[in-house]
Amino acid sequence: MTNQFLFSLVAGIFIGGAAGYLGSLMLTKRMALVGDALGHVALPGIGLALLLGANVSLGAFLFLLLGIFMIWLFEIKTSLPMEALVGIVFVASLAIGFLIVPEPELLEALFGDISKVSFEMALASMLFSIAIFLAIKRIYPNMILAGVSNDLAKSEGIKIKKQNFIYLLSIAAIVALGIKITGSLLVGALVIVPAAMARNLSKNLKEYRLLSVVMGILSSSLGILLFKLTGFPAGPLIILVSTGFFLVSLVFKNK
Amino acid sequence: MTDEIVLKVEKLNVKLDGQAVLENLSFEVKRGDVLTILGPNGAGKTVLLKTLLGVLPFTGKIEWKPGIKIGYVPQRLPFIKEIPMSVREFFNLKKAPENAVKEILNSVGLGEDMLKKSIGDLSSGQFQRILVGWALVSDPQVLLFDEPTTGVDIAGQESIYELLDKLKKQRNLTILLVTHDLSIVYKLASTCLCLDRKMLCYSAPKELSPQELSRLYGGEVKLYEHTHD
Repeated sequence: MTNQFLFSLVAGIFIGGAAGYLGSLMLTKRMALVGDALGHVALPGIGLALLLGANVSLGAFLFLLLGIFMIWLFEIKTSLPMEALVGIVFVASLAIGFLIVPEPELLEALFGDISKVSFEMALASMLFSIAIFLAIKRIYPNMILAGVSNDLAKSEGIKIKKQNFIYLLSIAAIVALGIKITGSLLVGALVIVPAAMARNLSKNLKEYRLLSVVMGILSSSLGILLFKLTGFPAGPLIILVSTGFFLVSLVFKNK
Repeated sequence: MTDEIVLKVEKLNVKLDGQAVLENLSFEVKRGDVLTILGPNGAGKTVLLKTLLGVLPFTGKIEWKPGIKIGYVPQRLPFIKEIPMSVREFFNLKKAPENAVKEILNSVGLGEDMLKKSIGDLSSGQFQRILVGWALVSDPQVLLFDEPTTGVDIAGQESIYELLDKLKKQRNLTILLVTHDLSIVYKLASTCLCLDRKMLCYSAPKELSPQELSRLYGGEVKLYEHTHD
């Protein structure tokens, strides 16, 4: 086993687990496609980072913050629903991204390339994933209550805006990290598929959270192993492994 | 006595998206009162409860007795069954201590075995009781109750009001109750507020005249009218 492969695996396991955990929350908030949309919003950032030789995730994260800020700004200015605003920012970013990303790197930006993970990147992925996990763990109960009913949460004195801010920041961070593994086109699947699978099999929140994390980790690590064996890109393999798990979960669905 | 007043509302106005939803409401609620809020669909009943809870913007004055604790039972929670969650976990969202949860389940007529059940598997009657328990577990002095009959079968419906009546006596609760159901008004209410954006009546239920009711509902009123939206 080469070091390179080990770095990829470590990054994949931590990012996959944190993404699964966050995804379990996003699914209850009916925000399943936000990860997808944000993946595209990150594209101009990836392009700029590639042009300047900077870190791809950092470039992606900065553009994600910009994208989220613009969605937030539009939301104040109009009464259009959030998904329409996300849609506008998302297609505009895709268009800009396509023009900015240098052509040889376009495939990498869209589908990810895990074979370039360095020791520092693996370490950073691990630390950031743990930080995201802890942040989400803190807001989890209140976010679930807000998902049940915003009014109920407000009547309990929960500061929803602050919690939402942490939540959105965590999504931006996990998308920025995940892009390295799956690229901008598939990063949404990293958060949503494990949670959807876990949703099929769990009766309570404890099982749901645990399964989401475990499935995130399993999908990433099995996908990366398959990449090692077949040489196909890891991103699509990870997503196919997780959708495979999802299909199996349909058979064992508890209702 | 003024120290008995739990809630005082003066010239309350609520606008949502530029539309006046509540206009110029003034009323007060005393400790131990059961105030029912009557009105047709879209009259602003739920908006009134939410405004009193402090989750909607308003002009005018809403004065709760300082330090008072309020429990809220919402009209419906359409999304809760999409989240895999046990009853125990639902109570954990409120950080309620285990003993208090068991005690409150008991008071709302449910067993401890309920704790392990998934929210999605409950009947509508059981779920209603869980919501009442959830609102009461933090031991509030006031309960805001929004249209508890919606989606609950008739047998369940009657017992939920018996339950309310019992809980009110046990815990010396003050209750603000939104309903369509006039029979409940006569059984439970001490005061009645008729609402159709503006306040159309505000009196003891016995003093409600058929004229007032027909003005409220815009036509002939049957005593046992059930309207579901």
